[in-house]
Amino acid sequence: MEYFLELFMSGLTRGSIYALIALGYTMVYGIIELINFAHGEIYMIGAFTALIVASVLTFQGMTGAPVLILAGVVAVIYSMAYGYTVEKIAYKPLRQAPRLSPLISAIGMSIFLQNYVLLAQTSNFLPFPALIPEFAFLAPVRHLMSSAEIIIVVTTAVCMVLLTLLIKYTRVGKAMRATAQDRSMALLVGVNVNRVISTTFVIGSALAAVGGVLIASHIGQINFFIGFIAGIKAFTAAVLGGIGSIPGAALGGLVLGLTEAFATGYVSSDYEDVFAFAILVLVLIFRPAGILGRATTQKV
Amino acid sequence: MVDDLNAKGGVLGKQVELFVEDDQCKPEVAANVAAKLVSEGVSVVLGHICSGATKAAMGTYRDAKIIAMSPSATNPALTQSGDYPNFFRTIASDDMQAKLGVDFTLDTLKKKKIAVIHDKGDYGKGFAEFAKKFIDESGGKGEVVLFEGITPGAVDYSAIIQKIKEKGAEAVIYGGYHPEASKIVTGMKKKMMDIPFVSDDGVKDDTFIKVAKEYAEGVYASGPRDTSKIPLYIKAVDEHKKAYGEEPGAFYKEAYAATLALLNGIQKAGSTDYAAVEKALRTEWVETPVGKISFDERGDAKGVGFSMYQVKNGEYVQVQE
Repeated sequence: MEYFLELFMSGLTRGSIYALIALGYTMVYGIIELINFAHGEIYMIGAFTALIVASVLTFQGMTGAPVLILAGVVAVIYSMAYGYTVEKIAYKPLRQAPRLSPLISAIGMSIFLQNYVLLAQTSNFLPFPALIPEFAFLAPVRHLMSSAEIIIVVTTAVCMVLLTLLIKYTRVGKAMRATAQDRSMALLVGVNVNRVISTTFVIGSALAAVGGVLIASHIGQINFFIGFIAGIKAFTAAVLGGIGSIPGAALGGLVLGLTEAFATGYVSSDYEDVFAFAILVLVLIFRPAGILGRATTQKV
Repeated sequence: MVDDLNAKGGVLGKQVELFVEDDQCKPEVAANVAAKLVSEGVSVVLGHICSGATKAAMGTYRDAKIIAMSPSATNPALTQSGDYPNFFRTIASDDMQAKLGVDFTLDTLKKKKIAVIHDKGDYGKGFAEFAKKFIDESGGKGEVVLFEGITPGAVDYSAIIQKIKEKGAEAVIYGGYHPEASKIVTGMKKKMMDIPFVSDDGVKDDTFIKVAKEYAEGVYASGPRDTSKIPLYIKAVDEHKKAYGEEPGAFYKEAYAATLALLNGIQKAGSTDYAAVEKALRTEWVETPVGKISFDERGDAKGVGFSMYQVKNGEYVQVQE
């Protein structure tokens, strides 16, 4: 039972990491039906920015929570700027193009950003400081979950709730939903569609940066390629849960994380990906739109 | 080097003559080269370079009772299969690191239950499979409680860490590179697991210490033995620079060592008689640029290859000869 609980906790951590990144994928897809492959790279840039800021602050003699918060804030702002720019450069000019074009453009952007960081920084793994302190009162359960893991799980939950509230109850959210339903109709009733799309990218990028900072300080190392693997898994989680659906991203992440953890724990870690993708295939066979996704009929 | 030796009177009063052939690292060419050398009546062979080509040529030398010594063929089967009693080498075989890691864990650290983890890559998995084989063959000294591959680059390894604990492992042997190793080591220490972590040359990298920081302390990793301070090595490199005006290439020191070992063997045997030279190689120790070496019954050099290192105060320190 103890072992089951340990595996459950490790699956929960992994799942939350996937979910946190998956939120960004699913939001962008929900609005403009584009798979933003550069999302993983925004996550990576967020982590790099936080590392640079944290290094400077630590050098200045600061320690503890202020470093985490300041580094996080700068990383979020920086990533938002990247998200905004990426959308303006790579996707906006292709808004009327066939759907394949922005997809290719997204892959190109992802490769460009990876190589940009590779050249501007380094190809080596860099140590990332453990910005999240170990809380003393958690010592008895530390073999189950560290405070970094708890903070990741909590942050994912908070982000998800805030995002749901934003979409359901604010004017921006309403405009997003309208754009998602029918872009030209939204334009006709006076919604500034371009601004809505930019906002979506900015929010998605902010979430990616939050993920980047928390996950990097949990793992303790970063390089220019971390966005790729994390991005692929998060994208899988988004599809599994139903792309376009926010609770779906969270659920997909958790299902994926728990599947991997239990596959490792009870079968073999050699097969962790086999089980993860087998689940994906099964879900897509029986529910092509994902667990919580709504099947949309193609308008002709 | 051979020129120098000849100027001093050669071996056993005879001048050493070189027959140089190129096998292009191709097995089919190597077999032809071997036949040619045998027909020219050579006493001993220095080579070949590639494992595949060596294997193809060895049968010919064995049947002609000629000793061959390779400076570079690392395939374990060349010595372990027992097919080529006339084969020797001055480089460590591919499984040497795994052997060292297993012996160190079982004999020096006295651990019995071992978890063997790898990164599914050619290098890491090869290392891990050899390690498992050596533990299984250790005659009950050790037991593999877990043998698994992990996905490189995954965001989190806590599930496999919990499994290592669940299986009651007393030590972890890891085959792979430093990015995953530092994640696993960090995760283990954070989960309050304090068991020895023994790894390979892929982890004996300063980046590992830089990234895993305080969590790297105490980690064991094997790496090539440091030969740069051996006087003969310095002399050999100087000779090469004087003769060719550049730094020597790969396997130079091993080839230099093999030449010394072969000629020493002939000198000590008093003739080029196969049995006498073979016996001399296995019993006599000789100073070479890779250290003081002799050969075991399989033909692997004793005294070359890898040493065990441990992270102490932020750097790798050699802990075992």
